[in-house]
Amino acid sequence: MILRRLSFTVLLLALSSNGFAGVLPEDRADVLYHLYDGGGVEIDGPSILVRKKVGKSLSFVGNYYVDMVSSASIDVITTASPYTEERKQWSLGMDYLRGNTTMRVNYVSSEESDYDAETVSFSVSQDMFGDLTTLTLGYALGDDLVRRSDDPSFERDLDKQIYSVGLTQILTKNLISTLNFETITDEGYLNNPYRSVRYFDLSSAVGYSFEPELYPNTRTSNALGIRARYFLPYRAAIEGEYRFFTDTWDIVGHTVSLTYIHPWGDWTFTGKLRYHDQTGAHFYSDLFSRSEATNFRGRDKELSALQSYTFKLQAAYEFLSDDGNDWGFLKKGKVTASLNMLHVDYDEFSDMTALQPIGSEPLYQLDADIFQIFFSFFY
Amino acid sequence: MKHRSTGRILLALLVLMGLSACGPIEPWVKPYERDKLADPIMALDADSVSTAYIQHVYEAREGARGGEGAAGGGCGCN
Repeated sequence: MILRRLSFTVLLLALSSNGFAGVLPEDRADVLYHLYDGGGVEIDGPSILVRKKVGKSLSFVGNYYVDMVSSASIDVITTASPYTEERKQWSLGMDYLRGNTTMRVNYVSSEESDYDAETVSFSVSQDMFGDLTTLTLGYALGDDLVRRSDDPSFERDLDKQIYSVGLTQILTKNLISTLNFETITDEGYLNNPYRSVRYFDLSSAVGYSFEPELYPNTRTSNALGIRARYFLPYRAAIEGEYRFFTDTWDIVGHTVSLTYIHPWGDWTFTGKLRYHDQTGAHFYSDLFSRSEATNFRGRDKELSALQSYTFKLQAAYEFLSDDGNDWGFLKKGKVTASLNMLHVDYDEFSDMTALQPIGSEPLYQLDADIFQIFFSFFY
Repeated sequence: MKHRSTGRILLALLVLMGLSACGPIEPWVKPYERDKLADPIMALDADSVSTAYIQHVYEAREGARGGEGAAGGGCGCN
């Protein structure tokens, strides 16, 4: 499993509307190029999304997304060999509007050489209290198949379910807020078949050896997020967000962010700061005391205690406005470029590439740049 | 046990939705007062294809997931 999948939590967002139930999302097409570059990993590719209304109560959406991966990450160079991989994902969805109720169905399929994933999701949104409140209930079911590229006989199942409740509330003429609660359950093969843990081994020249990781077969997580956006006295907006996360692997996370949006003529500029802090999974260890020291064991650095920091800058330019133009059926067009600079400090993940003796290895740090540019056309 | 508690929450919300139909609640922000909320800079998810991608990156690089009203599919590359 070169690419660990979260396919289940899929494009619920990409295929959802703006949070208001009584209006179908506007017709648009987006052509996006994405690039992730950091920690020895480079991932890039396109994403194309097309949404179109049919009549007054139906809206269809389709998305095609590609990841082209070239990886020489610290996991790979310390326990395996650099690789290249490609993942393709496509999805189809439909929104049906009836009165103040919107129902959505969505199907997503993702394929790569050693991992397949399919997800079906359904949600219903209801506008209430003079359209000040929108309540959304969602459910999704995922069916994944994990394989190994070096062992054709290896196949493991992974089933996932998501239960979600969302509330969007207009509080004042200038303030809107959302509350989201999401429970995700996994059952099946959850670890990475290629990844290893390391343990003390005095018979080894470096003092340690590796063995395959072994995760529990179930995981249930709960996340509660709250977000509020405020229209400032001049034409600009500010947004704050907080999320609390906990799961049955003993990971507890806190995430906060602050966003500022400032339009200027045909331009819109956005700046964002985000901070995330989490504890580690109970079966995680950077260095186990011996082989098979615990029932479950993992050394996935994302399951370590860590802190991540992101600084985002984005600029959007509207090159085609909807106040009269000669572009035929096109009403509006814009181009957007964004850069997210991500830094992660791992509390319990040693940098073995430093080639220092056990106990004096520095902790690993990750820096990554995440770049996106996309054209959006509204019709 | 967790499934049961989730079911109770969903049931309570469904009851709440039902009760909302029993009597009108006067909206304290009138439709004609929502011009600022309708401004594109107030759209909570103006570019979903982009948001889905960055959410997916966070899910791959961190141990937490969900709860942000959005989540993206994709790789969690090693």
